[in-house]
Amino acid sequence: MSRVSFVRKVKYEKELQRDVAAEVIATPGGEKILSCLQCGTCGGACPLSVYMDHTPRRLIGMLREGFKQEVVESFAIWLCASCYECTVLCPAGIKVTDVMYALKRIAIHEGIYPRRFPIPVLAKEFMEMLKGTGRNNEFWLVLRVLLKTAPMKLLTSWPLGLRLWRRGRMCLIGSRIPKPAGADLRRMLEVLEHGNASDVKPSNVTPSQGPDLLPGGAVSRVNA
Amino acid sequence: MASTRAYTYFPGCCMHGFARHCQDSLYAVFEDLGLELRVLPEWNCCGATTYMSVDEHQAFALAARNLALAEQIGLEILAPCTACFMILKKAQDYLARYPEIRAKVDRALSAIGLRYQGTARIYHPLEILLRDVGLKGLKARVKQPLRGLNVAPYYGCLIARPYALSNGVTLEAFDQFIPALGANLVDFELKAHCCGGSLTGTIEDVGRRLVYILLRQAKRAKADVMVTVCPLCQLNLEAHQGKIQRQYGEDVTIPIPYFTQLIGMALGLSDKSLALEKLLVPIRWQPVEKGAAAAQPATAA
Repeated sequence: MSRVSFVRKVKYEKELQRDVAAEVIATPGGEKILSCLQCGTCGGACPLSVYMDHTPRRLIGMLREGFKQEVVESFAIWLCASCYECTVLCPAGIKVTDVMYALKRIAIHEGIYPRRFPIPVLAKEFMEMLKGTGRNNEFWLVLRVLLKTAPMKLLTSWPLGLRLWRRGRMCLIGSRIPKPAGADLRRMLEVLEHGNASDVKPSNVTPSQGPDLLPGGAVSRVNA
Repeated sequence: MASTRAYTYFPGCCMHGFARHCQDSLYAVFEDLGLELRVLPEWNCCGATTYMSVDEHQAFALAARNLALAEQIGLEILAPCTACFMILKKAQDYLARYPEIRAKVDRALSAIGLRYQGTARIYHPLEILLRDVGLKGLKARVKQPLRGLNVAPYYGCLIARPYALSNGVTLEAFDQFIPALGANLVDFELKAHCCGGSLTGTIEDVGRRLVYILLRQAKRAKADVMVTVCPLCQLNLEAHQGKIQRQYGEDVTIPIPYFTQLIGMALGLSDKSLALEKLLVPIRWQPVEKGAAAAQPATAA
């Protein structure tokens, strides 16, 4: 008899959180996760799966079964660099990249990530900057993210900054959208943030035929 | 090129920052070929790959605002950053396929007096060069053939994924612009492999490893330079060479020109107009007499 203790990986029905699968199914690109074959093409194609705790295939499997905590707390979702290898190869037509985006959104909205983890901080700072100037300035973005996550890294990352600066590739005063357009942009984002802005008339634009650019990917159709 | 053709130019944020040399060379080459770039007035950030992880509807609206502005002008849109390029295409695709996203975005746009119709045509500048100038046209304009220069073509993810290039063009067909410039085309099988994108700044060890895999492969394939079509790939591949060299104990020094810099060199444009001095790893290539090879892999500054 050795000193082995079993770690129970099975969940009881009442511990499962099936709402997360429904949430992903409701997002564009995630509709088809129920038809996942568990073939592993996504993980095989993924250039980052070797660094992941759970491969994309496994994440989808766990997601369907209601293992919300394991999925949303997974490091793998942050490793996705959105290269779309999985999305173009998936035989079931699942947009795996969009599934990963949906999981990142859930983790960010629910605050499920380690303190000072740079990716959610980057995403939020990026959003704030965009609302302010309409464009993104990588110098201030990187500076703000570093200050909030790992100020000590400023010590190791300044040489690259200096090399870029000396070659005129660092812009301290960012390009910004003209003021009235910037106000428009914020207004547009606000309308979406508050869902149903009552003062906004529904658009009477008739949807046109979509793009004709995509032989392999999406076939567009008229949504009348 | 008898008449000047014009395009709506969507620069994207990085063209004012770390990718200024990409923009300089793009302008120089397009002007030389008689193609006009007109900046999209009041353009905003496309949302990059980041905004989607916070709010998908806002992300689509950001792209749609640019598309609606461009539709008013009516010219083809040209996006030299492959992330902008893909995101604009993705927004157009999803707005056509998902009526509920379309309704939300339409409402947000109408609040600021814009109408999105979905009629914009989005291209990467390399697509435009090969379509409107063509390989023959390009060859005819080469003044300074890049003889002896071994060039590995690297496209990264987003130019041909998830959306195919227009008119069924393949990346292998794209490769042919390299021999058209008089250079040697290196068979580079990782041409559409991921460079790590923003991971080089967030999960650095992993990001750098992806860059290392590409640089190592280019070195093994005996490339003198690795040409890119995406400004972020360009920065990733050249900015971390020193650290990678120290980490993996392997020489990975290789210049990473943006494709318009390489084309401009062959067109005989000045180094200054192509902003070659802005590369972190300088290209040292001297035009030589036929037959002699003279690409000097340079050291990192």
